[in-house]
Amino acid sequence: MPRWGMVIDLDKCTACQACVVACQVENNVPVVEEKEYRRRRAMSWMKIVSETEGSYPDVSQRFMPRPCMMCDNPPCTRVCPVHATYLNPEGLVAQIYPRCIGCRFCIAACPYTVKYFNWYDYHDRGPDELRKADNPDVSARPKGVVEKCTFCHHRLMKAKDKAAVENRPLRQGDYIPACVETCPSRAMYFGDLSDPESQVAQLAKSPRAFRLMEDLGTQPKVVYLSERKPYG
Amino acid sequence: MAETDWRKEEDAILLRPIFATGRTYYLVVAVLGALVLWGLVSYIVQYENGLGVTGMNFPVSWSFYIINFVFFVGISHAGTLISAILRLSQAEWRRPITRIAEVITVLVLGIGGMNILIDLGRPDRLMNLFLYGRYQSPLLWDATSITAYFTASSVYLYIPMIPDIAVLRDRSPPGWRSFLYRVLAMGWAGTERQHKVLNRAVAIMAVLVVPIAVSVHTVVSFVFSMTVQPMWHSTIFGPYFVVGAIFSGIAALLVIMAVLRKVFHLEDYLQPIHFSYLGLLLLVMVLLWFYFTFAEYLTTYYGNEPNEMRVFFAKLSGKYAPAFWAMVACNFAIPLPILAFRRTRTILGTVIASISIIIGMWLERFIIIVPTLANPRLRQYAQGSYAPSIVEIGIMVGCFALFSLLYVLFSKLFPIVSISEVREGREKTVEIVKERLDRYKPGLGKLPRATT
Repeated sequence: MPRWGMVIDLDKCTACQACVVACQVENNVPVVEEKEYRRRRAMSWMKIVSETEGSYPDVSQRFMPRPCMMCDNPPCTRVCPVHATYLNPEGLVAQIYPRCIGCRFCIAACPYTVKYFNWYDYHDRGPDELRKADNPDVSARPKGVVEKCTFCHHRLMKAKDKAAVENRPLRQGDYIPACVETCPSRAMYFGDLSDPESQVAQLAKSPRAFRLMEDLGTQPKVVYLSERKPYG
Repeated sequence: MAETDWRKEEDAILLRPIFATGRTYYLVVAVLGALVLWGLVSYIVQYENGLGVTGMNFPVSWSFYIINFVFFVGISHAGTLISAILRLSQAEWRRPITRIAEVITVLVLGIGGMNILIDLGRPDRLMNLFLYGRYQSPLLWDATSITAYFTASSVYLYIPMIPDIAVLRDRSPPGWRSFLYRVLAMGWAGTERQHKVLNRAVAIMAVLVVPIAVSVHTVVSFVFSMTVQPMWHSTIFGPYFVVGAIFSGIAALLVIMAVLRKVFHLEDYLQPIHFSYLGLLLLVMVLLWFYFTFAEYLTTYYGNEPNEMRVFFAKLSGKYAPAFWAMVACNFAIPLPILAFRRTRTILGTVIASISIIIGMWLERFIIIVPTLANPRLRQYAQGSYAPSIVEIGIMVGCFALFSLLYVLFSKLFPIVSISEVREGREKTVEIVKERLDRYKPGLGKLPRATT
């Protein structure tokens, strides 16, 4: 069974936000109106978080793309009362939109703040132009449920179907999330961490590798690479 | 039976609100009804549009409803728990207070639980809790504990009320009320056997209810402390919440006692000594609350963990400082001197202290829930803020009005001071105490054993 993981090389990342836009389009992440944005309800499954270190004149700014960490020990799935978010056998932290009762416990429990709530039916309220651009592979979320990065799980299903039709096993590179595919500076890698030969598994062993808030014991499957000290 | 019993006249004032209806009653019901309606309309607006009509946002995804949930469930510890402890310890002065307290519990628990449902983004999928419920979620621990407490305290309210209902049954003219009382009285005739069974049932329930009550606010705190979030992940939360719950509960009980005393002219039943005794109990809780709060905040401060410190300073000197220091004033600085001195521990004094504590404890829930959510570990999001919307305020007002309305309706149907218990006190207490005092005489306890 594969364990899907992502490696993000912060030394290569230019914080261009291409991954953010790619994710938004790929996953039908709603674009909220300005009023909602001002009320801090904008959604961004993939987000560039920044951190300013030091003070003038010795100051530096760091950027870090933040998808769902896909923890092996996720604090969010544990607290869900209805099994609407769970760790699937391939290591993906999945969301079942039609089952979620909207208690937002998982949002409160996630230390990485990757979970978003549909305060309104944002998809229906969005501009028609955007709805024409909807990705038919991804269901639109109704109001009142929690959503988050899925590592483009629909792409995995498609890749599996394709492999099944062609009567072959899933090959490396068959399944890649939109953000990784888009990254212009090739700072992102994706693959099977359980396969020691895979690029991600190799990179994860790099001395530059760290995982976000490792001390919490969440065991994320998103690995960052940086020459500088770990973020946070 | 009713006509021949002369003591009926003695407690006539307890029956008056039930059999005589004044204009004020209709006025109060109308005003409260209107406020409840406001809350209901607010909820319908929310149901139709989604939780977007609230002030909640990212990352402050829990606020008023969860605060009110914790607050109301906290208040519920006034009643059944206090009443059970007083009954078990055979505190004589409990007699006029028990029912007043027990009703609070039952009503407020219902409203607290309701707030969780109000908070759901998809209340239409509530059945999923039964279809796909996972017991590892503290939310289900809550549901279990609260349901158990609600059931137990309803039974605990009902059983000691049976003799009173029988009194009402014998006095009411034929009609739906008389029918209701006849059914609820379950054929109570006041025989010795019935008394024995009743007392046994009350005693069992009193013992049963104490651990359930303690469990309720413990698991409410677990909703927060089971996560790894800064200033939530604390082992002290269970007992801290239980103490806070009893604290706010006694305060609510005192305020309601004062109101009932005024409105129903219960001066003979609820005397200054009741307020003074409960005031002393409240004083102990003031000190306990301060002790827990101090321990919690000092530990956080001394540990100096960066993520916790951001929440810590957001509370003490940041955006939430006004609420934090208002909480300290309301829960400690104001009530402590009032309750500590006998001269200020009057009815007025305890009521002022209690109102201050009720406000303070609501603020405490706010201070526990919102700053942590607004200051998550990823610092960029740590600019969260929150202000309630008109819908949230409407629903909160509606909740308070609903509580008051149901309380009024209850006191319209049943005597708010237990007639049978007060009477039992008059008839038996002197005898029981005399017997006990006799036993204290030196040597008497040993004598029988020595001779046999």
